[in-house]
Amino acid sequence: MTGPVTIRIQQDDFDVAREIAALSHGRTDIGAVVSFSGICRGDEDEGKIAALTLEHYPGMAEEEIRRHVDEALSRWPLNGVTVIHRVGRIEPGQNIVLVVAASQHRQAAFQAAEFLMDYLKTSAPFWKKEESATGTGWVEAHARDDQAAARWTKS
Amino acid sequence: MKVKYFAWVRERVGKAEETIEPPAGVRTVEELIAWLSGRSEAYAYAFEKPKVIRAAIDHAHVKPDATIAGAREIAFFPPMTGG
Repeated sequence: MTGPVTIRIQQDDFDVAREIAALSHGRTDIGAVVSFSGICRGDEDEGKIAALTLEHYPGMAEEEIRRHVDEALSRWPLNGVTVIHRVGRIEPGQNIVLVVAASQHRQAAFQAAEFLMDYLKTSAPFWKKEESATGTGWVEAHARDDQAAARWTKS
Repeated sequence: MKVKYFAWVRERVGKAEETIEPPAGVRTVEELIAWLSGRSEAYAYAFEKPKVIRAAIDHAHVKPDATIAGAREIAFFPPMTGG
């Protein structure tokens, strides 16, 4: 039993508590739910951020997330996974991304949530554009994100 | 075949998608990038650092030496920064 998988890409905000409840409500097989929320920061190294605009590749983004959710389901005993990624203009303090992983025990839920986030960062086709007082510019990818994803590569 | 561009690749090329018919000698993703670069200054600017550009064929990531034969949709974009 792998449980329900929900993958959504949307402009609208999401409610973390509601998404966790949707995954676990009324079930007695789940003993652990781990959720990760990615939130737009107001400060970056270079200064204050007014907003981020998220662009994505419709079709491929959903498929790429699904491929990684399927891999997570094959690697850990999960009872359900929810991934929600917002697109469009997002201001500091607002939600960007949500990953929820449910399992019987905490280790699988923690690891699957971290695995999914690491791969969302490096391989799901989304791009952030930053607005600040000095103008707008595309956010550059970080080598540390590639290193984080590489940890999960099976040798 | 249909080609799509995203983020700053899209901005530099000046369009989000188009249909192209590369000559028969263009067989791989990197050869397609080289051919596109020769079309105009806008394309040359978008692909000025070809090693930075990522590509996908029919919604799956591919390497520069991937063959484009049979591809319905090829996308070019910078390294991803979601999450």
